[in-house]
Amino acid sequence: MVGRLVFDFFVFPGLFFTLGVGILASWVVRKVSALVQWRVGPPLLQPAYDIAKLFGKENIIPRGSTEWGFLIVPLLGPIGLLLASIILVKANYLATAFIGDIIVVLYLLILPALAVVLGGMSSGNPLSSLGANRELRLIAAYELPLLLAVTTAIVKTGGGLSLATFSSQWVAASFSGTFAFIASLLCIQAELGFIPFDIPEAETEIMGGPLIEYSGPLLGLFKISHLMALLVLPLFLITVFLGGFGTGWEALWGAIKYVLVLVVIILIKNTNPRLRSDQALKFFWYGAAPLALIALVMAVVGNLIGIAWL
Amino acid sequence: MTWTSWGISKSPWLYHVSTGSCNNCDIEIVDCLTPKFDVERFGGKLVGSPRHADVLMATGAMTRKSKPRFERVLEAAAKPYIVAAVGACACSKGIFHDAYNCVGPVRKVTKEVDEEIMVVNIPGCPPRPEAIIEGLVNGLQKLKEVHQ
Repeated sequence: MVGRLVFDFFVFPGLFFTLGVGILASWVVRKVSALVQWRVGPPLLQPAYDIAKLFGKENIIPRGSTEWGFLIVPLLGPIGLLLASIILVKANYLATAFIGDIIVVLYLLILPALAVVLGGMSSGNPLSSLGANRELRLIAAYELPLLLAVTTAIVKTGGGLSLATFSSQWVAASFSGTFAFIASLLCIQAELGFIPFDIPEAETEIMGGPLIEYSGPLLGLFKISHLMALLVLPLFLITVFLGGFGTGWEALWGAIKYVLVLVVIILIKNTNPRLRSDQALKFFWYGAAPLALIALVMAVVGNLIGIAWL
Repeated sequence: MTWTSWGISKSPWLYHVSTGSCNNCDIEIVDCLTPKFDVERFGGKLVGSPRHADVLMATGAMTRKSKPRFERVLEAAAKPYIVAAVGACACSKGIFHDAYNCVGPVRKVTKEVDEEIMVVNIPGCPPRPEAIIEGLVNGLQKLKEVHQ
């Protein structure tokens, strides 16, 4: 029993698997970006080299920072995403879901963003607190449409709050499901911190934002959290909207779905300029949130009169 | 070759410090990132903060005003790192050799801060992107040899 738990946490759905797939996904992000820009791009293990290097470098605690917060906060992101990854993969493969796990996952997915905010605030640098401020504003912007879109999926699947009920049907194979999927894809883009929503990290104006004071292993933990997010967030979308990952040979089809979602995110990243903070807020509140709300209304009406495709 | 020097040679993150340059070398550094030269093949990328940096690319003849700023950047960067002096001015003060307002070259200032800091001189006015990449590769090779 204990061996099984350790295996779950550290090997298969846990640390080893999440980190491995995350490293591959991060390489895909950099390679596809390079190909879009007609470059060659980095070698396969580049993200692993980056992290290995960061864990060998000096760890600086800046003067004027709140030390304990500065040191502990980077752990929040990897831990939250690790737990989310275990719940998601287990719901897909072993169908060991519990009622309400989608709510748990939604809460766990906020942790990395909160870690960035707390880290930025505790490092005592004006630029990093500015970045933390922007991150908070971005969270306020994208959480509303994301929650509306997930609610649409819950209504479509008949009110079950367990991830196992989602992974057995294609929510996106209806009009409301498609709208909700598009809205949540944009929210995922912001949650990953990719262009056009990389406002908090904006390297050309605030020099890396909340992470500006982090160096060495602590920066490595933030990078690890980003790698894991590259697995967990698309997997969440696939589980909720695209009929889950599947088991056995169907897992191949699931892998194709995962790569497709990832490539769409990368292409959005590479063909757009960065938005201003207020533009992003307007985009999410006046653009994505009404779209998700329309989807929700359509789903409710479709359920009441019994039209499956609405 | 230690773990860290191996890591740095595999993923050198570049931070660009102008120490009073005429902007010519700076543009050539940015050229290294363009599709034709693509320094990301070697894992290199530009970062925004000296805390993340492995290679500090210093350009310019080190004016009196920029010297204290450069020293603060050297203190802020996470060790170990190497400094690349890009361009004739950074290597030897170039045409500003007898100028009253230049206290360079870069190697002299890094020696005042810390004898141990490794400096790679990349001459040229401006150095070609190929020269900058070759200088980086040689410097990282040297770092691996020094940290046995």
